[in-house]
Amino acid sequence: MDSLTCRHLLDSLSDYIDGTLDETLCREIEAHMADCENCRIVVNTLEKTILLYRDLPASDLPDDVRQRLYTSLNLDDFLDSKKNKH
Amino acid sequence: MSGHNHSDEQQLVARLKAGDQAAYAELVEQHAGRIYNLALRMLGDETLAEDVLQETFLNAFRAIDRFEGRSSLGTWLYRIANNAALMHLRKREPTTYSLDEPLETDSGEEVPRQFFDFCCLPERDLLSEEARREMLTAIDDLPETLRVVFLLRDIEGLSTRETAEQLNLSVSAVKTRLMRARLALRERLADYFAQSATSAETGGTLPSLS
Repeated sequence: MDSLTCRHLLDSLSDYIDGTLDETLCREIEAHMADCENCRIVVNTLEKTILLYRDLPASDLPDDVRQRLYTSLNLDDFLDSKKNKH
Repeated sequence: MSGHNHSDEQQLVARLKAGDQAAYAELVEQHAGRIYNLALRMLGDETLAEDVLQETFLNAFRAIDRFEGRSSLGTWLYRIANNAALMHLRKREPTTYSLDEPLETDSGEEVPRQFFDFCCLPERDLLSEEARREMLTAIDDLPETLRVVFLLRDIEGLSTRETAEQLNLSVSAVKTRLMRARLALRERLADYFAQSATSAETGGTLPSLS
């Protein structure tokens, strides 16, 4: 990742991944990636990183936190019936 | 976001505006988990995350009459939660923490060094419980200025402009921080998966020293 072109690619990478990069620059990046394995890996693993984070399952709300939330909202009556659904 | 269609949501909003307690409980059940997780990641503190969770719903219930349906109920709720979490961040370190402060000069830390291609690893490795923990720790270890941008933009799915508005930052500052956050997380995951692949090759045990 130390040639000027790799650096150049790095500067535009987020826009490239988000699909907000100018078309000419996109083509330049793709041409560079075809010849540069490291940049290809960086682009692919960067996209994969974002996808893995987007799909990260939310942990369940801890029971005690849930209980105190319902109490603070005066919704205790609904605590058990809702919980059994999940 | 919740998987509900438009007319279901309109009905829920009407019931909320009418003060229907069961509708309140439904809203809480649909969104509390995600809001708590978001606040926990932003603040790194369970007690504060719980405060944000309670404040979010209290504020939402108080303001439901003013909800005009221009965004989905979920988006509206997450905006309230983001605001509450950001207030806590600012309160916590008012003198040392400002989202507007310039980032330190480029130290070259974001230049990729690990080229292990983990894209094609089997799902059981990518989605393992251990990998999930590593991903969460990696977010927690990001500097706060980068972490908040990454959470709003990539986890909560706000646009660059919306993220900039929420944080009082310029669009270009959001882009720079997002890029640095993404590259830092990529580096961390690439290191982690490279190590776990090496350890799997050696039979899942560390090489002996002798």
